[in-house]
Amino acid sequence: MAPYESDDSARADDAAVLAAEAEEVRSARRRKAARYLVPVTVVGVAAATIGLVPAFAGSGDPDLPKISAQELIEKIAASDVQQVSGTVKITTDLGLPDLGGLADSLGSQMPSGGSGGDSGSAAAPSAKLLELASGTHTLQVATDGPDKQKLSLLDEAAEYSIIHNGDDLWAYDSASNEVYHATDAGEGEDSKGGEDRKDAPDASEDVPATPQELAEEALKAVDDTTSVTVDGTMQVAGRDAYRLVIEPKQSGSTVGAISIAVDSETGLPLKFTLTPASGGAAVVDAGFTKVDFGKPSASTFDFTPPKGAKVTEADEMEESGHHDSRFDELDKGLGSKDAENSKASKDAAGSEEDFASGLDGLKTIGKGWSTIAEFDTGAEGGMPGGGSDSTGDARVDGFLNSLGDQVKGDFGSGTVFKTRLINVLFTDDGKVYAGAVTKDALVKAANAAE
Amino acid sequence: MSRVETSRAEAMPEAASQAARAPGLLWTFGLFRSELVTTFRRWRTIALLGVLAAVPILVGIAVKIETGDGSSTGGGPGGGGGEGPAFIAQITNNGLFLVFTALAATLPFFLPMAVGVIAGDAIAGEANAGTLRYLLVAPAGRTRLLLTKYATTMTFCVVATLVVAASALAAGALLFPLGDLTTISGTRISFAEGLFRALLIALAVAASLIGIAALGLFISTLTNSGIAAMATTVGLLITVQILDQIPQLDALHPYFFSHYWLSFADLMREPVYWDDLQRNLGLQALYAAVFGSAAWARFMAKDVTA
Repeated sequence: MAPYESDDSARADDAAVLAAEAEEVRSARRRKAARYLVPVTVVGVAAATIGLVPAFAGSGDPDLPKISAQELIEKIAASDVQQVSGTVKITTDLGLPDLGGLADSLGSQMPSGGSGGDSGSAAAPSAKLLELASGTHTLQVATDGPDKQKLSLLDEAAEYSIIHNGDDLWAYDSASNEVYHATDAGEGEDSKGGEDRKDAPDASEDVPATPQELAEEALKAVDDTTSVTVDGTMQVAGRDAYRLVIEPKQSGSTVGAISIAVDSETGLPLKFTLTPASGGAAVVDAGFTKVDFGKPSASTFDFTPPKGAKVTEADEMEESGHHDSRFDELDKGLGSKDAENSKASKDAAGSEEDFASGLDGLKTIGKGWSTIAEFDTGAEGGMPGGGSDSTGDARVDGFLNSLGDQVKGDFGSGTVFKTRLINVLFTDDGKVYAGAVTKDALVKAANAAE
Repeated sequence: MSRVETSRAEAMPEAASQAARAPGLLWTFGLFRSELVTTFRRWRTIALLGVLAAVPILVGIAVKIETGDGSSTGGGPGGGGGEGPAFIAQITNNGLFLVFTALAATLPFFLPMAVGVIAGDAIAGEANAGTLRYLLVAPAGRTRLLLTKYATTMTFCVVATLVVAASALAAGALLFPLGDLTTISGTRISFAEGLFRALLIALAVAASLIGIAALGLFISTLTNSGIAAMATTVGLLITVQILDQIPQLDALHPYFFSHYWLSFADLMREPVYWDDLQRNLGLQALYAAVFGSAAWARFMAKDVTA
């Protein structure tokens, strides 16, 4: 190359060569840049897919014939789904700190805590089902008629299963390889236990239907305090469903709305959502992500304790006198999740108060959604565990103190423990007011009671 | 290194003559074979596989000694069986569970580290040793060379996983009884089906490593230092695993390549829970597409001076 020669024609040639070279460099650079477009495009397409697919999937509400709320409720009641299996996702956000740790600390406190002490079994249902009260959980459910149900709580590389097959009730915790076993026959001796047990098959008849139990529970509350409407349609687990919305008419309730997706063909509730009045994410959101109305394979319900597994019989626990509450909780777990949740949150807030004092002094104030439960613990100081049984309660006390809000009123003073759904007021003279109502409503109730 | 170069030198004329005869598929296969032979003949590779094979044996012996006094429950007092790698409580009852435990124990670190070493070395190692330009002198084309390198790394993923599984199966069979096994859902499956599931799990674990293999290959095209590429890949692996533990980054977690790694355990459920497995495969495919094409874009334009 000789760009500085003075010949005119050569200069023109040089300019052309230079231009061509520059062009080449540019095009090489362009090609280089174009290659990087490939990964960038892949990222873009992936992001668009992730972002847009759920939006599209959600927009296609199915077109179903109009139906009144009454008809829809009847459809739910008439629903007779005997065989169903599927995956249920439950998200609970009660506004509590991590309940896992709390459950552990309570577990060691509660005389009936499943994980407490050496005699307990990690496979006992009570402690495990308490886990459902916070976070997101995936369950696999299967049912085949009234005699065979299975409910599995999926964990990371482990699973907790409750299997009801005929007279046997098994619970298996794969992480610790422990088994819990109860039979119908073994129940008869204890009258209360027997009664519970008689109910259990009925309750578990509807296990298919974790959401069904929830819906029935909610529909029980329907009266003049409640508005029930059908609010369009939606798709749940690939099935067309009606959306039933239940809203409290009264003020003061923490419940904003309950929405239930009901399968348009079978009438089986597929999704249950409870949104708080304060707004934000749903407190309870339970629904099928996959559902199949075919007959589950018989082997699903077969259970033989694996070799080497530690088996705890319910009878053994009965001897130590703790068995009833376990079953109460189990039934609740199999049946109504929201009862379980409110129970759990009461446990959380009220510690072992419920257990210690029983429900002797229980009164209810008001009705409908803003019902407030009142009971007198008789314990001065107001704080749970501060009275009669204070052994080792320091941890729980400290924890509860950090959660509570001090309030004052005509009734004196007390502490309010708040969750997003249930609020509990402990007055300093030992009374407890609890309900799915706002803090102000609790204080008002306490004032009125004085 | 001289060993590597001689084996490479032996392989090249053979590959070149094949290229002359039947260019295309057969040629690619020749290149792939020579890459495989080179990779698996390295002492480094053999040592890595040896370490991987030792892990299940160590776990097996530890469990055997721990439970040698006759107590058969793996969990400590208070139901502490949830600690330690998954499935560890069941090993004493069925040796096949050692396969699952070993894979669960090696997947978070040992396996991806080994893959990171191989993938990071793929291009940068050649450049470092001065052999990369000889590879490109042959009419291979850079795209094909890169694909071959990636295929070799993927083969290593499968081989490494199978080495862990096979060693665990052997140790499990020697130390513990075998037989029908209980899935984590509580149902019973025959030993043959258990073996089949073990194979599926091994494949799922191997597939879980696709993402880090692609990432390692991309990093390998960025530098001429094999060590730097390996260190960066393994460093990224550790960083991502730490970030995956931080609850505040919850929204990002589903996009970390390691997030669904433990989903292989879902194959031991009855019925199998596919959701997370599918998510894992989709995520690995995405990583392979993104970093594979990024590696291609970089490698096509790279100045090869060594």
